[in-house]
Amino acid sequence: MATSNAVVHDLVQRGYEHGFVTAIEQDTLPPGLSEDTVRAISARKGEPEWMLDWRLKAYRHWLSMEEPAWSSVHYPKIDYQAISYYAAPRTKDAPKSLDEIDPELLRTYEKLGIPLEEQKALSGIAVDAVFDSVSVATTFREKLAEAGVIFCSMSEAVREHPELVQRYLGSVVPHTDNFFAALNSAVFSDGTFVYVPAGVRCPMELSTYFRINAAKTGQFERTLIVAEAGAYVSYLEGCTAPQRDENQLHAAVVELVALDDAQIKYSTVQNWYPGDAQGRGGIYNFVTKRGDCRGARSKISWTQVETGSAITWKYPSCILRGDGSVGEFYSVALTKGRQQADTGTKMIHIGRDTRSTIVSKGISAGEGKNAYRGLVRIAQRAENARNHTQCDSLLLGDRCAAHTFPYVEVKNPSAQVEHEATTSKISEDQLFYCRSRGLSAEDAVGMIVNGFCREVFQELPMEFAVEAQKLLTLSLEGTVG
Amino acid sequence: MLSIKNLKASVDGKEILRGLDLEVKAGEVHAIMGPNGSGKSTLAHVLAGRDGYEVTEGAVQLDGEDLVGLTPEERAHRGVFLAMQYPVELPGVNNSLFLRTALNAIRKARGEPDLDAVAFLRLMREKLKLVNLREDLLKRAVNAGFSGGEKKRNEIFQMALLEPRLAILDETDSGLDIDALRVVADGVNALRSPDRAMIVVTHYQRLLDYIEPDFVHVLAGGRILRSGDKSLALELEDKGYGWITGEAA
Repeated sequence: MATSNAVVHDLVQRGYEHGFVTAIEQDTLPPGLSEDTVRAISARKGEPEWMLDWRLKAYRHWLSMEEPAWSSVHYPKIDYQAISYYAAPRTKDAPKSLDEIDPELLRTYEKLGIPLEEQKALSGIAVDAVFDSVSVATTFREKLAEAGVIFCSMSEAVREHPELVQRYLGSVVPHTDNFFAALNSAVFSDGTFVYVPAGVRCPMELSTYFRINAAKTGQFERTLIVAEAGAYVSYLEGCTAPQRDENQLHAAVVELVALDDAQIKYSTVQNWYPGDAQGRGGIYNFVTKRGDCRGARSKISWTQVETGSAITWKYPSCILRGDGSVGEFYSVALTKGRQQADTGTKMIHIGRDTRSTIVSKGISAGEGKNAYRGLVRIAQRAENARNHTQCDSLLLGDRCAAHTFPYVEVKNPSAQVEHEATTSKISEDQLFYCRSRGLSAEDAVGMIVNGFCREVFQELPMEFAVEAQKLLTLSLEGTVG
Repeated sequence: MLSIKNLKASVDGKEILRGLDLEVKAGEVHAIMGPNGSGKSTLAHVLAGRDGYEVTEGAVQLDGEDLVGLTPEERAHRGVFLAMQYPVELPGVNNSLFLRTALNAIRKARGEPDLDAVAFLRLMREKLKLVNLREDLLKRAVNAGFSGGEKKRNEIFQMALLEPRLAILDETDSGLDIDALRVVADGVNALRSPDRAMIVVTHYQRLLDYIEPDFVHVLAGGRILRSGDKSLALELEDKGYGWITGEAA
């Protein structure tokens, strides 16, 4: 095993390619959190009274809550008074077109491979670009509007579509849900809003690209996607951050609502700065994501590829309320260096004939720690519910760890619940086999790991599957040698 | 082409090869036979450069270049190919992607341009016929869920595709029924060529009915005890190894 360990070791020692900082004038709130902070954020965004009240209610509730400590991740106590809760590129007015956006910002996204000019953009993908606390651009809006699809920043949605926001915001993840969701509800600064009207199949892939730039700033974005009866939408989020010595908190909330026969496909390729090999710096990615299959035969599918962040702590979940609704969770989580991940899903079966599928692939390298934590709950009235869970861990090297915490609660005797789990290492035989055919050790490991993740990558939209494979191979470089 | 002189090699500190000499010229097929534990598989793995097989003395040269000290992939780039006794499964790794990556890695090391997808597909189809493999096997993961016979045929298919200078077949006949054996042997015979050498490692004479060797060597106790033409294999079949190794048959 000597060689494969050495190979793995080198693969982990690799730089982070999105670690640059954009020099841009910013409007930043001083660090600290109080009712005044909440009011200041709301005022900056010109929000109506009801929105401010909603935030304040959440803030007051948050004050009564304790930070949870049940996960398997470890981190020094976060000082919530040391974080700035709002940072935005300084502009006179909201830019009306791309011409009015600071060219430095456009260059930043260009550098990240996300051109915001529509003629340059990937065909068929509309992008909302969130920079620190605000959305800086949303592409292809007119084209989407023709189909009746609303795709805009959350700030705009609050102003332009208050009735929709009021109806759905917090209806899946209430402000009382958990510590980080409460905090997010109080201070969220922007995010993406998607509304697909009844019977409409969204004509393009929608995507939000999150970038944290400012130092000592938390990012708290809020995403809300509503698919009316018979609607379909596929949405993808990507994230990067500069390389910094300090830890930065990213506490987002994502809510999905699928009505009768609607389908939402939500994909994440998360590549926040993971910190260095010694564990200095990196993003704390503490996110609440939940989808509500409110309508009959609705379907929500989560796919995530998590390679970044110092700590990933999240459980994209599905509430299978509608009869015959379907929930899916496909996950690849890679931890290397000192990264920690505690991730998984909850599938809450309430309706009859509901089905859920969980495929989780955890890869640990270096001193990375990877935990799958999942709950499958079959409620009493959920006749004929079915779940299949497959949970595989791959260990690279001998200093990493993988844990699995599956919870199953069944209250209806007609339920069928299956759980499969494996833990494996890349064997010396596999490595030798590949190398004897001419592949370098590094390519061999990359290929075997990508093979391990195949079932999940298949679920990603085509362009992103290719990106995800590249990202995984890049993330692994330096872990092998 | 291949020159092995006084080769000594150990696994886990235990000496397995104890001064082995072998000369193989281009175009020749050499059979290495011997009882269990004689060092046949060790020789195959030493030639392919597997970690853990430590060469303690002697020299191995391919076309005048020393192989000892080269990594397995460097040897592959120079034309060494080992058809394994137990081909491993690579779950989720697409067979044709695997082969294309391997072939292009070898081409790159030789300063040749990458083969594009279309040219590669054409090449694969041509080589598939050689071993009578179905094309859908290429869409599957490498060796995953393959039958024993399919795995062995896949090895020969890989060999056909990578066109090695020196092919080593390690117990390719093991676990094959007679029909599969014939297919594999036909594939190997089709790959015999004046500028390619082959070493066929086998326990049984049976394989040599189908792949006719130019030379047969008997390996025992980590040394070649006797060499001859194919009649030696028939004699072994008749008398057993004890006749040469001096042990009771």
